Formats: sequence, C-alpha cells, structure tokens
Amino acid sequence: MPATYHLPHLRTLEAEAIHVMRETVAEFERPVLLFSGGKDSIVLLRLAEKAFRPAPFPFPLMHVDTGHNFPEAIEYRDRRVAELGERLIVASVQESIDKGRVVEQTGPRASRNALQTVTLLDAISEHGFDAAFGGARRDEERARAKERILSFRDRFGQWEPQKQRPEVWSLYNGRIHKGEHARVFPISNWTELDVWQYIAEEELEVPSIYFAHDREVFARDGMLYAVSPLIEMMEDEAPFSARVRYRTVGDMSCTGAVESDAATLAEVVAEIAATEITERGQTRADDRVTEAAMEDRKRQGYF
Amino acid sequence: MNGHGAHAPGATVEAESSADVFRRLADRPVDLLRFATAGSVDDGKSTLIGRLLYDSKQVLADQLAHVEQASRRKGEGVLDLSLLTDGLRAEREQGITIDVAYRYFATAQRRFIIADTPGHEQYTRNMVTGASTADLAIVLVDARKGVLAQSKRHAFISSLLGIPHVVVCVNKMDLVDFQEEVFNEIVEEFDAFAARLEMPDVTFIPISALLGDNVVDRSESMPWYQGPPLLYHLEHVHIASDRNLIDVRFPVQWVIRPPATIDADYRAYAGQVAGGIMRPGDEVVVLPGGQRTTIADIDSYDGPVEEAFPPMSVAVRLTDDIDVGRGSTIVRTHNQPTVANRFEALVCWMSEQPLQPGRRYLVKHTTRTAMVGKVDVRYRIDVESLRRDEEVDTLSLNDLARVHLELSSPLVFDSYRRNRVTGSLIMIDEATNDTVAAGVILDTEVEEAPAPARSGTERSPNVRWQGTRTTRERRREALGHIGATLWFTGLPGAGKSTVAAAVEERLLQMGRPAFMLDGDNLRHGLNGDLGFDEAARAENVRRTAHVARLLAESGTVALVSLVSPYAADRRNAASLHETDELEFFEVFVDAPLEVCEQRDPKGLYARARAGELAGMTGVGAPYEPPTAADLTLGSSGETVEEEVERVLDLLRERGVI
Ligand SMILES: Nc1nc2c(ncn2[C@@H]2O[C@H](COP(=O)(O)OP(=O)(O)O)[C@@H](O)[C@H]2O)c(=O)[nH]1
Repeated sequence: MPATYHLPHLRTLEAEAIHVMRETVAEFERPVLLFSGGKDSIVLLRLAEKAFRPAPFPFPLMHVDTGHNFPEAIEYRDRRVAELGERLIVASVQESIDKGRVVEQTGPRASRNALQTVTLLDAISEHGFDAAFGGARRDEERARAKERILSFRDRFGQWEPQKQRPEVWSLYNGRIHKGEHARVFPISNWTELDVWQYIAEEELEVPSIYFAHDREVFARDGMLYAVSPLIEMMEDEAPFSARVRYRTVGDMSCTGAVESDAATLAEVVAEIAATEITERGQTRADDRVTEAAMEDRKRQGYF
Repeated sequence: MNGHGAHAPGATVEAESSADVFRRLADRPVDLLRFATAGSVDDGKSTLIGRLLYDSKQVLADQLAHVEQASRRKGEGVLDLSLLTDGLRAEREQGITIDVAYRYFATAQRRFIIADTPGHEQYTRNMVTGASTADLAIVLVDARKGVLAQSKRHAFISSLLGIPHVVVCVNKMDLVDFQEEVFNEIVEEFDAFAARLEMPDVTFIPISALLGDNVVDRSESMPWYQGPPLLYHLEHVHIASDRNLIDVRFPVQWVIRPPATIDADYRAYAGQVAGGIMRPGDEVVVLPGGQRTTIADIDSYDGPVEEAFPPMSVAVRLTDDIDVGRGSTIVRTHNQPTVANRFEALVCWMSEQPLQPGRRYLVKHTTRTAMVGKVDVRYRIDVESLRRDEEVDTLSLNDLARVHLELSSPLVFDSYRRNRVTGSLIMIDEATNDTVAAGVILDTEVEEAPAPARSGTERSPNVRWQGTRTTRERRREALGHIGATLWFTGLPGAGKSTVAAAVEERLLQMGRPAFMLDGDNLRHGLNGDLGFDEAARAENVRRTAHVARLLAESGTVALVSLVSPYAADRRNAASLHETDELEFFEVFVDAPLEVCEQRDPKGLYARARAGELAGMTGVGAPYEPPTAADLTLGSSGETVEEEVERVLDLLRERGVI
C-alpha cells in the first residue's frame, strides 16, 4: 500500500475524525464525550484512543441514562469504561423527573426519549461543559445532512439551522461565548456501513443485542418492540417470540428490533450492505411522528 | 449483484455468503471521492443528485416511500427525485435549498460524499463551503439557457478553490431534442470563459437528469456522444495525484503527554499530515521557531508508522527536547514554507455584516490563530466579467476580493495552489465569534522569505520590517543609484579582503558609497560573542548578511569578505536579499589550498597544522565551494587589478554602476 501512498476510505474517515477530536480538545476548555454504549459511540471511544493514547482522554465520558435502557447496553457500558480506565458521568432522566424538571409521559406510547434533552442540557451546564462529542452521522436523517461537524448551541442549547457557521476545509472555528456550547460530530461523514465495517476491522466488542437473539416482542406500527415492563402493550397487541437484533441501542420504549439471523459481525456487515431501509426509519419510532421530527428535536437541543 | 451500489433491491444475500460479502467489502481498496454540485435554481441539481442515488440503487425503501408520499401531496405525477435531497423544514416549505447538505453513496469502485450546494443568492458562500474540500465539481448548465452568469460564477469559484476536476453537465437535453449542436455551442462558450481561468481538467457531459440519460446509464437518445455517463466518470477520474506528497508539512494540533504514572518521558506531537511523506530519521525544522531536530518515531495507536502521508493522523516524536506546541509546523530542513505575517489572499466574504475597518478580526490558519492588524482590500472581483473593481474598501456577503492581510504574529504557510491545507484560512469576528470569511493565500508578493538559519534564530516574527518598496524607490530616485551586496567567499588567505578592499576603493573614487564588511573585523564587535563551530559560523554569516542587506538597501555597495564555508548559509544570505529584490552577487575567490597556506597572512594555517587551532577551514573543517557563483576569481593567475575590473564589469552588467 505505501508504494502508492493511498489511504483506504475508512482510514481516511478515521484520520479526519481524529483531527476533529484533537482540534476540539485544543480549542475548547471542557469537552465531554457522550457515550451510550451504542455502536456509534463505541466507534467514538476507539477514535479517542487513537487520538490521545498513551495519555488518558482529556475529557470525561457521559451517559444520559433514561432508566429505560437495555440491560445488555448498561453492562457493556460499565465494562468498557472500566477497561479504558476513564471517568464516566451518568446523567439520569429519573433524577430530572424526581426534581420536577420534566414530566413523565404516560400511556402505551410513553417514552422518555424526549425528556433526555432536558437532562442532557442540565448536565452540560452543571458540569460547565463547552463541547460535547456525539456519534451522530449525516446519513441518518435529512436534517442531520445539513448539520456542521462543529455544531453550535446557543445559551438555551438550541440549534439554529439558518445560523450555522460556514465550515470550510478542515478549519473549525471553536470560539464560543460563555454559556454556549458546541456539539461535535467526528463521524458526521460515516455511513452505517462504515461504522460496522470499522467495528469489524478494529475487532471492537459491541453489546450483544446488536446480534441476532430470541426475544419476546410485539408488533406496533410495523416495528418490533421488546416485551418489557417499561412499555404498556395495547389491547390489540400480542407478544410473540422472534429472532431479532437491534440496529440502534436507544431507549427501550422507542427502539425497535429487526428480524435477523445475523449473529456475527461479518453477518451484520453483510446484512447492512444488503439492507433496503435506513436505520432510523426502520427502528426509531421517535423519527416517525412528524415529517420534521428530527429537525424539531434538534432545534430544542437533542443530540 | 448489481454493478452499482450494494443495496440493489431484490438482491439476495443468499447469492453470496455473508462471509463473502464481508470479505469483499473489507478487501476492496475503495477510495473516497468528494464532489460538490453547483447549479442555479431549477437547473436540475436536486433532480440530478436524486437520479444518481436512485439509479445507483442507493435510495432505501423508506426514503423512497417518503418521496412518493410527498410527490403525491404536491400533486405531481412523476416521482420528484429532487425531494430526496431536500432536507430542512423551511426548505420544504419554501421549495428552495438553504444550506449545504451532504449525501453519501457508494459503488463497487468508490465511496462518494456529495456536498450539495444550493443555488440562490447566498450561493457563493455556500459553494465555497461545499467546494472547499471537493476533489471534483459538477457544474450544471440548463441546455435551453446556455452558459449564464451563474455558470461562470460556479466555474470561477471552482478554479479559485483549486478543485482539480470539473464536470460540466449540460442538463435538460430532452427539452432541446437531444441536439448535438446545442451541446457543442455550450461547450464552446464555456471553454472560452474557462480559458481565462486556471482549470486543469474539464469534462462535458450531455444529460437529462429527469429521464436519466447519461447519468448512470448511457443515453439511447444521444448516440453522437462518445464519452462515458456521469457516474462512470465519477468512478474513474484519477484523483490520487491531486495530493501534495512532496512538501512535508505537519501542523501540530496537540501535545500528547501522559502523566508520570504512565510514562513520564513520553512526549509526542499529534496532528494530521498536510503534505509530503514523513519518515523516522528525517531531519526537520520546527517553524516558526526554527529549531532543527530529527524525527525519532512516528506513532499511532496501531503501532509505529514507517511512512506518514496525507491525510494520516499520527503523533511524531522528536530526538531533541525542544519547545514545540500547538501552532508549530514541522517541515523538512531543505524544503520550507513561508513564515510571515503579511501576505496576499483571495477571500470570500461570508457574513451578513460587512467588513468594517475598525473591527477586530482573527485569522485561523492550520492550527494557529492570529489577530488581524490590517486588511487592505486591493480589489473586488466581478466573477461574471472577471473585472477588477479597485474602488472598494469594504466587503459584503458573497463578495470575492483580493486583500492584503497583516497579522499580529506570523503564519507558516504555502500558497493555496501548492497546498490546500497550508494555503487556506478563515477569518473570525472576535466579538461575534462568527466565521466571516474564507481565504486562499496567493503565491505572489510574499514579503518575507523563511530564510532558514542554522542557528535557528532567523526569526523576528512579531516585528515587521518597516521599509516598504515605495520608500526604496523614493530613495533610489533621490540618490540616483541602487545598492548591492558583493559576497566574497573562499578559504582563509585566498585573497578575498584584498580584492574587496580594492573594489571598495574604486567605487569610492567613482563617487559611489561602498563599505567593506570584513569577517575578522566584525568578530571584534557585532559578532564578538561567536565561536567557530558550525552553528556559530552560521550565525556569523546570518548577522553579516543582515548588515549587508541594510547597507545595500540604503544605497551602498556592501562588500562582504567572509570565509562563509557552508553553501546553505550563503544561500540564506542570498535569499535574504532576493526577498527584498536587492542585488546579491556571490564572488568565489578560488585559490588552491596550497597557495593559501603558503601565503598564510595571519599565520592561521601554521597554527592549525601545529594543532593549536581546531576547526580551521581547509584544515580541520570543510569548505563547500559555490557551484553557481556569479564570478570566480583567483584561479587563472590574474592580477588584483584585473580581478577588480572583472568585478566592476559584473556590476556594470547588472546595472548597479
Ligand atoms: N425536462 C427536464 N426537466 C428537468 C430536468 N432536470 C430537472 N428538471 C426539472 O427542473 C425543475 C428544477 O429541478 P430541481 O432539481 O429542483 O432544480 P435545482 O433547483 O437545481 O435543485 C424540476 O421541475 C425538474 O423536474 C431534465 O433533465 N429535463
């Protein structure tokens, strides 16, 4: 390979992401990395290792915990954090509810997904973070396709799509006023397939729910949800057993599973390569409510 | 499986085992092509992108469902593919594209990133944003309308941003009956305009985005077109040689320094290679400081790296413990960029707030940020006519202009043409923190060359030279002549001082100010603190060169008589003069060592041979003879008088006297 000095596309994306991370820690005072235990943030952690080892990360990790997580994801999260020897902050939606910052939804379609935004913003201001690394990608959703890699949030944590700073070359303007912060998306230009291919190439461990397993599920709006005490089933919904896997690891109340036999990384990559439905459209109820759902949530300060 | 794209609907995974698919994906040395699309509103840009995605089977079922649903709502019979690329709510409501949107697709050959830049009045800003990282630009032209002002604008910006490849898609060929003449006329018109720009590679393709002709599949309706369809071109255009693999440039982003509990001695400089190929063992200079050292190791998380090249992100360790931090740039000793705080740039103004003279701006360039002292708008460029408007002193949104920038501290840069990373910058408004401009550095009128010094002290970054070209010209008018430097180099005892003194005398007789700088004499005062090792000799030469330059600039002919044994030091002295357009002549007084030793006017050779004098040039230290001296004296048995005449002839020839 070095004879032609050619960098394969995945390594090019990796080099750019490392560049973004290093620029961020250099230009901001208190960054934090949002780590959910999901595949995108797993990739972020590996990129942070690549950017900063043998030193410790120059930032802590933070998980916004809805309390409605997949136990496999939490178990994985804690193990990975311990392995890395880094510090994890857990910001709890339950606490936001207990403090009266947010009001829990009720009913069969109740979800804590929307409440996360408040918990996240509270935690950011409590710890004085001025930059938060997130694993969002532009291929996920139409509003994200226009978001900058360094994306500014005003004093209220809000995103103004019309007022984004031009982002030219790889010159990131990291200057903000006090009280504002930036969301930084180092893997903006990665696709879902890139993420899986990278996980496979790097031999990264992921929570077991990403692989095919048998689970009690029920069908709703064309998606499969896990049967759990966290989601109320409606009258016409009946549980059944299916072989499924998850494509994203979000809040249990709004993350659906897909039927799949892909039990290994290679099989997952192959499945993604042949897939016909985008990740969010297939498994995230939160994006389906209105056509502009993601844009609205982003404006309010969502991830 | 379908030749294009991995997501062919209906393609079954069973046809290939998952392990095969995985291996195929993993083994494929897919590279990445970034392209920007430019077109005026309604030229069909969104339709074209939608078509590329759709025909290359990249539109997933739910996205398609969304488009079908929306097309129905808008009451259109055909599938409106432009909806695929239309992101934000305001845009959907107003039916225009507001901001740069990024799209991704892949074929078996390549991964693509599309920067989709919208075509309304904020166009310039958006196109600059989208095109800044592009390898290729697609410029759309409506076949019915021909090359409009907008098309010229797009072409101009592409050339300004140094996009190596441009594809002109003549769209809506279906509306002109797929006529070859229409296409040819547009090609001709565009070529005529592009000839005035710097555009290395332009390709023309007649298409119909709506019907799909020549987008992914070859058109049946235009048999006269022999070239490939657009996608084929995108897959095969050669981009590997677009990078600069020659000039090593490594801007340091961050210093990796683990705590003592992990490794107290580890210290590595992290960054992304911006140019050249770096290897352990390379001799390097750290700019703007100028310290010389060697690359000890290149580290990555995955282990040591033997060769680092763009765009790799690595961490470099150096053999010496010197002061390196964010903003330093590591380069090779023999290939250095410019270090200066004044330069010329072309900028695109991107803010709704116009450029205001009293306002405080910052420049961010690689990993350095500097205050802007002064911005002089030289002229604004009308991108359609390419005319210059010199009557402006401010800039507003979407203006393109040539400016002179003066910063509070120096940058380490190349011209943009040479390197897109080390030649680009942004301007930031210090009060609002907004990015207000993007700029590319021009390679003309650089006012200060790097003038690398061995001693590493050739830096006066924060103090700018005050004498300007205009005052030099005024001085010349007043005096009626110019100064120059004659640099006599050669072994001790070669006869440098004898010839130099005689030339000085002759010039004074002619009424011309002349002044001899004798190496030995200078060592009594100015250079009294210096010894004779390599570094001290370099410093000796450097100081002397500066004094000579000042004399030359003042209108005096400076006559330097200095052994100056190292070619690099003399080259630096010369470049110091060249930068200021001052005449500099290297005169090699070439007497054989035996002759010099025989003359030994100062008894130096005798002492050296007796072992009393270490590092004597010619005895214990090397002398690197000039290979391209302006004049060589001393070897052909001429008298001093004859040699003086030859020096004077040279000065006459070059218009000094
Ligand atoms: N007849 C024809 N119409 C086209 C073609 N390409 C685009 N259009 C139409 O031109 C209009 C503007 O296209 P759109 O893609 O939205 O343009 P944009 O503003 O450049 O993104 C739409 O009505 C398209 O259907 C083409 O090749 N032939």
